[in-house]
Amino acid sequence: MSDHHPTGITRWLYTTNHKDIGSMYLWFSFIMFLVGGAMAMVIRAELYQPGLQFVDPGFFNQMTTMHGLIMVFGAVMPSMVGLANWLIPMMIGAPDMALPRMNNWSFWILPFAFTLLLSSLFMEGGAPNFGWTFYAPLSTTYGPPSTDFFILGVHMMGISSIMGAINVIVTVFNMRAPGMTLMKMPMFVWTWFITAFLLIMVMPVLAGVVTMMLTDRHFGTSFFDAAGGGDPVMFQHIFWFFGHPEVYIMILPAFGVVSEIIPAFSRKKLFGYSSMVYATASIALLSFIVWAHHMFTVGMPVAGELFFMIATMLIAVPTGVKVFNWVATMWQGSLTFETPMLFSIAFVILFTIGGFSGVMLAMAPVDFQYHDTYFVVAHFHYVLFPGAIFGTTAAVYYWLPKWTGKMYNEKVGKIHFWLSMIFVNLTFFPMHFSGLAGMPRRIPDYNMMFADFNMWASIGAFGLGLTQVFFLVTIIMAIRGGKKAEEKQWDGATGLEWDALPSPAPYHTFSTPPKVD
Amino acid sequence: MTEQLQQKNKKLVKQLLALVGGMCLFVVALVPLYDVFCDITGINGKTRGQALYENVEVDKKRVVTVEFLTNINRGMPWEFESQTKSVEVHPGELNEVRFYAKNRSKFDIVGQSVPSVSPGEAALYLNKTECFCFDKQRLTAGEEVEMPMKFYIDADIPKDITRLTLSYQLFNVTEAASTESAATK
Repeated sequence: MSDHHPTGITRWLYTTNHKDIGSMYLWFSFIMFLVGGAMAMVIRAELYQPGLQFVDPGFFNQMTTMHGLIMVFGAVMPSMVGLANWLIPMMIGAPDMALPRMNNWSFWILPFAFTLLLSSLFMEGGAPNFGWTFYAPLSTTYGPPSTDFFILGVHMMGISSIMGAINVIVTVFNMRAPGMTLMKMPMFVWTWFITAFLLIMVMPVLAGVVTMMLTDRHFGTSFFDAAGGGDPVMFQHIFWFFGHPEVYIMILPAFGVVSEIIPAFSRKKLFGYSSMVYATASIALLSFIVWAHHMFTVGMPVAGELFFMIATMLIAVPTGVKVFNWVATMWQGSLTFETPMLFSIAFVILFTIGGFSGVMLAMAPVDFQYHDTYFVVAHFHYVLFPGAIFGTTAAVYYWLPKWTGKMYNEKVGKIHFWLSMIFVNLTFFPMHFSGLAGMPRRIPDYNMMFADFNMWASIGAFGLGLTQVFFLVTIIMAIRGGKKAEEKQWDGATGLEWDALPSPAPYHTFSTPPKVD
Repeated sequence: MTEQLQQKNKKLVKQLLALVGGMCLFVVALVPLYDVFCDITGINGKTRGQALYENVEVDKKRVVTVEFLTNINRGMPWEFESQTKSVEVHPGELNEVRFYAKNRSKFDIVGQSVPSVSPGEAALYLNKTECFCFDKQRLTAGEEVEMPMKFYIDADIPKDITRLTLSYQLFNVTEAASTESAATK
């Protein structure tokens, strides 16, 4: 009876099963990914040539804003929570998440939050147009009326994230199978455990800053209004105190994913497991003291710039440890290159490129030139697309046989990988050059001198967008008509989900805890 | 799920919710903390309140150039200018400059000017004994005024600062001022 589950729509509405909720998170994030991607297509179509072609500048600003918000809060974050739901209980030998009903609630808030946010596109005055960073006074004094919908949406998804994080921490602390000590947990569980603490620490800060915006807009306070004694620079400080840990929230679970996949296809144990754990924790701790590197140009004293510059560069050390460990894991392994492994290797290489441009941006004196240019856009897309998104994609390919009991078509998966790999570089690599040459971000028109770089980037973006639709087809093909997956689909895979469970994993697993030695 | 596990989960959830609550309080506390921090270090270029000119030592050997800038915010139909563009002062010396403002509109308007000093750390050494920025100004339609501002530079000002800029941004606060006075009634 372990496979018995309710049917119909109420199965999904009322479910408290971590696997159902994980699937819903993943599908939701994929839909948001396509929505946010469609907005990116509008942006790249407009930027294909200099001059104004398709959309007016106001709508262009709405597109850059909504693209950022949807991708960060709607696509990347929920996809990571989806993976956590599916994998953490199976990896630590728990029957389910610790707080299943809260789990249901934290998912079902999201569709409403994003309906609110997306509905602003159809409102008078348009959607939020101040960039995903919603700097005051753009979002307070000059924000469109729909900003209030944005604020409420952010509040709701913040509550959802906090509940998800609490659930992960309680599950990891209290639900581990006997013998599963903290230092035996798979890396993915560790990275999520640390991410969950980051979420709990910074989502209230985000909620606080949007609440201050709301009271500034409607209740006569002046937190960020200089006329009333406030300070718009304080907005940036509070926002980035949230914002910098947020970027690690988006990437740490992906670190965990590749730390599972690379050992499996190298047929070796992960090199330096404990150093991986400590490196992840150090990255998380350091992320709280580097926020002002996003705002070097506000006019900080030299001492402040030096502090934030050095602290930021310090993050390169634990990150370097991780990259070194991944490479050392592959060193002299008997490597095979199935789709998840390809995505993971691409992750390591391309994330490192993004890391390097991050170190360049961390240098305060040169950041004065790079600030708010396409170089920044290139940097964070390199860590987010081939970072967070490739990480999630690798995870989907790797665990799909375990989740569905069906194998994807390896040939099709490889085509998906190579197209993604070529187009992601074609899209984002030229942005380094246009940024260094001085092209500012968030503009619908640009100088003729940037025309070639932008045309390449646009062609790359259209290709990259279509390739992700292809990903959807690949998954549906696998679920509908894939070959039957084996219990241990990958011979190098380790962990309870592969060793102790059949494929597909039954609806209820580990009702009696497995023995871990 | 066993009773014991449920108790354990409940306890941990409460602790984590306390952490969330603590972080919420932290955000609220950040606002006054930010002001205090900036006040101590002077790094956001805000000048302090009224200073007294008593027993101030004058350093005749040094000269600091002080420049004055005025900006008018959006939706503020005033003229607002400094009558002196820049002065050279000895640290410790009391100086007076005058600012001119005129309401060009047909309405009564309340203005608030907000000072800012660049480089930011110089704000700690710029002391004002009298400034129009300490109060709001109400000008009737077409009214014009000359507003004095008296200041001295602290003799402790770091040697590398030889030039500083004091800028005033003038905001229209008519709406906020009217709700305030309504509230005090």
